[in-house]
Amino acid sequence: MENIPDKLKYTKTHEWVKIDGDVATVGITDHAQHELSDIVFLELPHVGRRVKVGEACAVVESHKTASDIYSPLSGEITDANSKLLNDLSIINSDPYGEGWFFKIKISNRDEVTRLLSAADYKQIIAA
Amino acid sequence: MEAKTKLKRTPLYQSHIDLGGKMVDFAGWEMPVQYSTLLEEHLAVRNNVGIFDISHMGQLIVSGASSQKFLNYLLTNDVSKLNVGDAQYTLMCNEQGGVIDDLYVYYIEDDKYLLIINASRTDVDLSHILYVLNSYPEKSKVCIDFLKNAGAVAVQGPKAVDVIQTIINSPSIDGAQVNTPLELKKNQIGKFNFNGEPIYISRTGYTGEDGFELFSSGKSIVQFWEQVFGQRERFQIKPAGLGARDTLRLEACYPLYGNELDEQTTPFEAGLKIFVSLEKGEFVGRKALMKSTEIKRRCIAFKMIEKTPPPRHGYFVWSDTVQDKPIGAVTSGTHSPMLGIGIGMAYVLTEFSPAGTKLNIEIRGKKYPAELVKKPFYKKS
Repeated sequence: MENIPDKLKYTKTHEWVKIDGDVATVGITDHAQHELSDIVFLELPHVGRRVKVGEACAVVESHKTASDIYSPLSGEITDANSKLLNDLSIINSDPYGEGWFFKIKISNRDEVTRLLSAADYKQIIAA
Repeated sequence: MEAKTKLKRTPLYQSHIDLGGKMVDFAGWEMPVQYSTLLEEHLAVRNNVGIFDISHMGQLIVSGASSQKFLNYLLTNDVSKLNVGDAQYTLMCNEQGGVIDDLYVYYIEDDKYLLIINASRTDVDLSHILYVLNSYPEKSKVCIDFLKNAGAVAVQGPKAVDVIQTIINSPSIDGAQVNTPLELKKNQIGKFNFNGEPIYISRTGYTGEDGFELFSSGKSIVQFWEQVFGQRERFQIKPAGLGARDTLRLEACYPLYGNELDEQTTPFEAGLKIFVSLEKGEFVGRKALMKSTEIKRRCIAFKMIEKTPPPRHGYFVWSDTVQDKPIGAVTSGTHSPMLGIGIGMAYVLTEFSPAGTKLNIEIRGKKYPAELVKKPFYKKS
């Protein structure tokens, strides 16, 4: 079974979100990395970019397809995990840890309450 | 989820599920796109051996006293060059010289041919073939039989010979050119006995590696698959899905119908001139092809110069010397497992088609440098 940590929030587009005060860390779920399998290219957002909730702001590419990664929250990108660009396999091997994509300074707290719980997300990927 | 249409299943469906295959809709068939990872499966075929279910491809028997003459009228390559036991890559064109399908013709017995056509083109092909046959003078001496419930697998890779000689260990039957499958040369086919059932084995494939394709009843193909996996450890064989099939054929620069080929594209534009025999006499599309002396665009291969996002179908191709419009578009692209960089095929204006030409591929609004290279990207050593 795929790993879905209880302490994280999720989106139906397979991003995970870790809330730390007014900063959210975002990555892709174990389910997503498994579906993509070998990742051959990653494009991360620039630090300082302002994104809206649901906006495509990163791209993950496997041999077969390019997949957009959507920002789960509105805000400003404060950090991007450029370490991944040197070793994309980290996304597959540690999706919830070293495999994080970017951090956002949250501009609208209300959006946080609309994120999915682990149980909600589990139902979505089982459907 | 998308609307559910009833997908067809091959005789090997349950085997795919048992092996953990991730199933997708391919041309109306529920097929495995991958079992483990695309990369692992790709490398298994390049370095060792992989097995593909190709039962979704259409199998057609054309027989009768005028079958050879009819096929020579229907197809672009010269069927009369074949002896029993020979196979030939060929194209089927419309009157305008556009490609209806690309296919393999196997001359399996006197006055009897096996045609392997693309799954995505089966219905179109059948109606075209029957349409051409209907006005063919000797139609009473041609019989077309579409095989339902047939099965087929491709065993591909440098170690494919080990698998075939272990599982198929009885001599050929019905006057094949060879005694054993290993004697088959590239583009040859023979009929063999497998558990008391006839099975056709050809030395053909779609990967750029040595390998075999096997055609028989669905039941026999399932038995073959099970015997192979009964000795999985010994052969070190991996099941390979449509994902690896696509990256393998792209490294070998084999065209894929719907990408490099369609009804608006001629074999000449596609770079498949050697499979068109204009000298053999009249055939469907010949008049148009005779007139198409000036070829405006060509199917070329390119590779990215630096690390970039992989090129994909539909991306525009630009030249530094033309500012206002693209010079072509990508038809297939991926990250090449063997080259470790983005590769693709594209149609570009003929003036930009020599090897070494500098190109730019537009990816998400940004242009990345690429170089036009000679086909193929990968050749087996």
